[in-house]
Amino acid sequence: MTWSATARGAHQPDNTAFTQQRLPAWQPLLSASIALPLFFCAGLAFIGLGLGLFYSSYGIKELEYDYTGNPGTGNCSACALADQDRAPPLRCSCAWYFSLPELFPGPVYLYYELTNFYQNNRRYSVSRDDTQLSGLPSALLHPANECAPYQRRASGLPIAPCGAIANSLFNDSFSLWHQRQPGGPYVEVPLDRTGIAWWTDCHVKFRNPPLVNGSLALAFQGTAPPPNWPRPVYELSPDPNNTGFINQDFVVWMRTAALPTFRKLYARIRQGNYSTGLPRGTYLVNITYNYPVRAFGGHKLIVFSNISWMGGKNPFLGIAYLVVGSLCILMGFVMLVVYIRYQDQNDEDEDAE
Amino acid sequence: MFCSKKKSLEVERIVKANDREYNEKFQYADNRIHTSKYNILTFLPINLFEQFQRVANAYFLFLLILQLIPEISSLTWFTTIVPLVLVITMTAVKDATDDYFRHKSDNQVNNRLSEVLIDSKLQNEKWMNVKVGDVIKLENNQFVAADLLLLSSSEPHGLCYIETAELDGETNLKVRHALSVTSELGADFSRLAKFDGPDTKLMQNSGKTKFKRTSIDKLLNTLVLWIFGFLVCLGIILAIGNSIWENQVGDQFRTFLFWNEREKNSVFSGFLTFWSYIIILNTVVPISLYVSMEVIRLGHSYFINWDRKMYYSGKSTPAEARTTTLNEELGQIEYVFSDKTGTLTQNIMTFKKCSINGKIYGEVPEGMGQKTDIPKKNEPMDFSVNLQADRTFQFFDHRLMESVKLGDSKVYEFLRLLALCHTVMSEENSAGQLIYQVQSPDEGALVTAARNFGFIFKSRTPDTITVEELGTLVTYQLLAFLDFNNIRKRMSVIVRNPEGQIKLYSKGADTILFEKLHPSNEDLLTLTTDHLSEFAGEGLRTLAIAYRDLDDKYFKEWHKMLEDANTLKDERDERIAGLYEEIERDLMLLGATAVEDKLQEGVTETIASLSLANIKIWVLTGDKQETAINIGYACNMLTDDMNDVFIVAGNTAVEVREELRKAKENLFGQNRSSSNGHVVFEKQQLELDSVVEETITGDYALIINGHSLAHALESDVKNDLLELACMCKTVVCCRVTPLQKAQVVELVRNYRNAVTLAIGDGANDVSMIKSAHIGVGISGQEGLQAVLASDYSFAQFRYLQRLLLVHGRWSYFRMCKFLGYFFYKNFAFTLVHFWFGFFCGFSAQTVYDQWFITLFNIVYTSLPVLAMGIFDQDVSDQNSMDYPQLYKPGQLNLLFNKRQFFICMAHGIYTSLALFFIPYGAFYNVAGEDGQHIADYQSFAVTMATSLVIVVSVQIALDTSYWTVINHVFIWGSIATYFSILFTMHSNGIFGIFPNQFPFVGNVRHSLTQKCIWLVILLTTVASVVPVVIVRFLKMDLCPTLSDQIRQRQKAQKKARPLRSRRPQTRRSSSRRSGYAFAHQEGYGELITSGKNMRAKNPPLTSGLEKTLYNSTSWIENFCKKTTDTVSCFSQDKTVKL
Repeated sequence: MTWSATARGAHQPDNTAFTQQRLPAWQPLLSASIALPLFFCAGLAFIGLGLGLFYSSYGIKELEYDYTGNPGTGNCSACALADQDRAPPLRCSCAWYFSLPELFPGPVYLYYELTNFYQNNRRYSVSRDDTQLSGLPSALLHPANECAPYQRRASGLPIAPCGAIANSLFNDSFSLWHQRQPGGPYVEVPLDRTGIAWWTDCHVKFRNPPLVNGSLALAFQGTAPPPNWPRPVYELSPDPNNTGFINQDFVVWMRTAALPTFRKLYARIRQGNYSTGLPRGTYLVNITYNYPVRAFGGHKLIVFSNISWMGGKNPFLGIAYLVVGSLCILMGFVMLVVYIRYQDQNDEDEDAE
Repeated sequence: MFCSKKKSLEVERIVKANDREYNEKFQYADNRIHTSKYNILTFLPINLFEQFQRVANAYFLFLLILQLIPEISSLTWFTTIVPLVLVITMTAVKDATDDYFRHKSDNQVNNRLSEVLIDSKLQNEKWMNVKVGDVIKLENNQFVAADLLLLSSSEPHGLCYIETAELDGETNLKVRHALSVTSELGADFSRLAKFDGPDTKLMQNSGKTKFKRTSIDKLLNTLVLWIFGFLVCLGIILAIGNSIWENQVGDQFRTFLFWNEREKNSVFSGFLTFWSYIIILNTVVPISLYVSMEVIRLGHSYFINWDRKMYYSGKSTPAEARTTTLNEELGQIEYVFSDKTGTLTQNIMTFKKCSINGKIYGEVPEGMGQKTDIPKKNEPMDFSVNLQADRTFQFFDHRLMESVKLGDSKVYEFLRLLALCHTVMSEENSAGQLIYQVQSPDEGALVTAARNFGFIFKSRTPDTITVEELGTLVTYQLLAFLDFNNIRKRMSVIVRNPEGQIKLYSKGADTILFEKLHPSNEDLLTLTTDHLSEFAGEGLRTLAIAYRDLDDKYFKEWHKMLEDANTLKDERDERIAGLYEEIERDLMLLGATAVEDKLQEGVTETIASLSLANIKIWVLTGDKQETAINIGYACNMLTDDMNDVFIVAGNTAVEVREELRKAKENLFGQNRSSSNGHVVFEKQQLELDSVVEETITGDYALIINGHSLAHALESDVKNDLLELACMCKTVVCCRVTPLQKAQVVELVRNYRNAVTLAIGDGANDVSMIKSAHIGVGISGQEGLQAVLASDYSFAQFRYLQRLLLVHGRWSYFRMCKFLGYFFYKNFAFTLVHFWFGFFCGFSAQTVYDQWFITLFNIVYTSLPVLAMGIFDQDVSDQNSMDYPQLYKPGQLNLLFNKRQFFICMAHGIYTSLALFFIPYGAFYNVAGEDGQHIADYQSFAVTMATSLVIVVSVQIALDTSYWTVINHVFIWGSIATYFSILFTMHSNGIFGIFPNQFPFVGNVRHSLTQKCIWLVILLTTVASVVPVVIVRFLKMDLCPTLSDQIRQRQKAQKKARPLRSRRPQTRRSSSRRSGYAFAHQEGYGELITSGKNMRAKNPPLTSGLEKTLYNSTSWIENFCKKTTDTVSCFSQDKTVKL
């Protein structure tokens, strides 16, 4: 009989707070004295924040122009028509004139916006090779399978940069001209095309392969550009610090958008006379129309915008804060009423007892 | 007599004793006990096979295979394999430890040694190697680990005494008799192994071991199926969406969005998308759910093991959760089925009171001492003067001893009767102390009482009884022994004292004995009846005591007639009974005895408390009806205030049916208000406000015995029985076999859909322990079978209260909270993908980083919810015990049911909407603080992931009601872990090593420094959490639960005022019923007068062999007819060919 007692290791359990489930504990209770003030404070804070956000957003100036060129919408129609033939004529240009009655406060950012463009489609967004883009020489000549069908050219040459994202690089270009007085000459406004991509993107994530004999072109030897590209990747820009995989337009494009309507930064206007903004006057945007969007019902827009402390124009956040804040206050009152009634009832009950 | 269904085809066993070669032909099972499942080699394949039989694991394996198909794979393989491997490893480790302990305990049993006759030599052999047909030599106090046939023994007549403590917990000895043919074979105990290992009667009778699952488990299985259906629906919606999108939008978008090689068709694309979405959305069926539940239950089991308030220092036995998968079921128990002996009672009989010649003795009870003026009375009497006294005997009334000293002749006669009229055997141990071998514990108590008051039963021979009467040895001649049986309900001895007077001493049920009294006893009779009522009211077991003086001549005539009757072949029993009847009349009443069947400590309080918790307690006992009823009264399950106690004791199906029908009529008749039927009645019962004093239309009790139960369990009567039984407050089933115990449990379990718990201590409870949802074994008693078969074990019945009301309630509460949160979390997490599907061309693009999906459930959010599931408490343990009503939500299944599940699901869906659409609105065409675009996919993913982690952390913080250090560490730690892992995965270093696996480099640095992203996270969090807070606040104010109220009170530090302090009355004044109860088996009288159980000083076989043979077989037959023991092995004798 002894085996049973010893087998079960009959020892008195330890008398610790843990084993006896008596650990000291904070036992919060959703009492009115906590919940109601919390609701009113949160409500007020949210309304305050909401108002701030709303007015900040309201104060942001935005100027946008749809240059898709649907028939009868301006002089980009011609280019758009040509685009329908699926072979855009080389350097089809169109222009957008606008005038500013007053200063457009700076710093001013120039964005391009695409709508109905599914950069977030899985098949599209996986079609890239981050190893290749990080400049690893071995990966340069062996693009990942995810890039297919833009992995290799028919000739068997590996594509660099491979994949659908790179292949569909946005290739319209803009230049901005300013006419100070009516009838005066148009002066080109300097567009700062650097610093439009994230620092980590151009310095960590995207790297060019090591130069061969000091030449980037040689480094890319044995690769072919994506089918849609008219020129190889190392000729994206004449600036040696902005060409190849680290070309900022390319980097910006490669950071795929979350939603089918998106804006990407094209340039910053902050140099010379324009550092405080765009002075009043007439402006001309010269557009090189290359990128076909009408086939899928997309739109191309050009957007001038300045920013506030919380970023670009977006009324949503302010309104949402206002709504949530007001609901908090409203529900706070409802809860207060219920609480008072319940208290009364409780007192009565206790009296009755 | 075969009880097993499995082996019912086997009608006979042919065994040659001591011939292993011959017996091996039949391939009987060996004697090894196997409860373990695996060995080292088979562990991995069998365990994996078992694990993948679980639907959940198989499902994830299927997902893993899907993910390996590149066209479908929307997630990399590691998102599934990492959690799957983790889950399977954890389960495997747990299974392995469980099995290791099983191996250990098996080995202990299997390696006990026995002496077996092999090759004509006695050899030590482990019990596991004993084969069918082996001849085994047993010595005194040895274990028996097989069914054996007794061949012969060292005792006269081949008798042997066995203890069946491991079977039924009873420690008294039972007599077994060898076959007469073999009884003279040898001098030592030697036995033949008959049924081994799994074939033993015990193993066959103990019912099938079922894999027990909790109701929550079953509910979960349904829910998982529903979720799966929901998942398929989502998949179909998205797949159709995809087909349409590819057809309408994607088709025009081909310039940029190529077709893959083999899928140039929108319908096929939709088909693939379906599978892709199944992969993405699989997290709604949470893989870590099952393993987390196991961990939580394991934690709760440890808390049960560690609980000092369930540790019995008397036997140094802690409570033990032997099954770790049933804890929350303990919080939902509706019916408790309890064994009596060893469970409710200690199986100790103590002589409490007596009434002698109209005077009551033993009146001073413990506890009332303060009221009595004489302090002396509180102390037990000092019996040290009497050298032969039993030290353990306690009596508190000194007046009895005084009466003895004064020489009251009636008292002498009373004590003399107790010392003479019994079947006890005496023995002297080495120290010269007198030891009584008792067959019935009642008699033990009575004889011991007489002993301590100076009438010491010393020894007996077949013809004499020697008693030391106040120091002088007196030998009485035993002239006749009128044995006890259940019809006579009395037992008498006829003795001749040294003075030559012949006296008949009789003890028995008051109801019977009072009819046999001499008319002159009338005054005494009324007095004694009052006393008996008082005893009965206290739940004591009473016997009336009477004597009769016989004159010599009359006795001789009578004795002659008795001897004649004994030789008769026909109607022998009837004749003898008639003769007994004749002599047992004109009795002179002496008084009555009251013996307490000592309840275990705290039984009454526990039962009262459990009844307040709406738990119905049924007593299932193998004992006699009277005994069972007495215990019912003793522990307040039966009270005299009850409207009616229905007793069903019919012997035929018709009788039983009639009795049941009458009882029902009676019940409905008295409940006119609710006579429409039992549905109404039940409704009313449910509607009863727990706070209001219970005003059930009447308290009823049902007492049913084994014979009737056999008929009542037949299919057509079953429902009547159940209906009746469930309306009664108390149900007592007596004289039930182990199998019937299980049948009753099954009946309630299956037809009431109620959660049942069976508690018992002996092997005869094993079947019911196994068939109930929860089986509890009382450990610390001698028997281990019940404990081994049980799910929980502890040493005292009273711990059941703590097990259910504290541990069970907490487990259920915690598990429900855990499940609610878990489903909420996974819906919130997963459904974001669904909303995103509408904005990414239904392309099965995930919203989050793949690493986030991999780690979310197992790293970022697992520990806080585990901590809540393990440590959370709404009210303290003391309050759980003080307010048994807190237990009711568990019985009504309120905390987690399908409705709660839908609420969690709706909550999750709402959160996922907030999580997706607030960032969506905020990210629409927005630019960052530096003018750069931030509405890119990766920033969007990081924002949503961060919001999600914060939202679910705030939610768990709201759900946690008991913040221990561990909760703090886990909740804050999880958020910290999330951010550190996020920063690590977005760091330059790790990108440098695996550029393809960690493409989010630099994201966190860029996005999380933007004010507007934090504003989005804040808004999302508040918008997701505020509605919950509002609902909870309003709910607490408008319809607070009892738990809420107690929490508030607990918080207010007010001294808890019990809602209903209905303490059970511990004693009542008197009772109309008879308190008669006497545990005794027929047959012992014959045994004594034949002298078979006495060590013969002279060879006893003087009479002819023929007569002995006749006598012994008839005795055996009698015995087999009347005994209900589980180990009786005579019934199969005929099939054994020797």
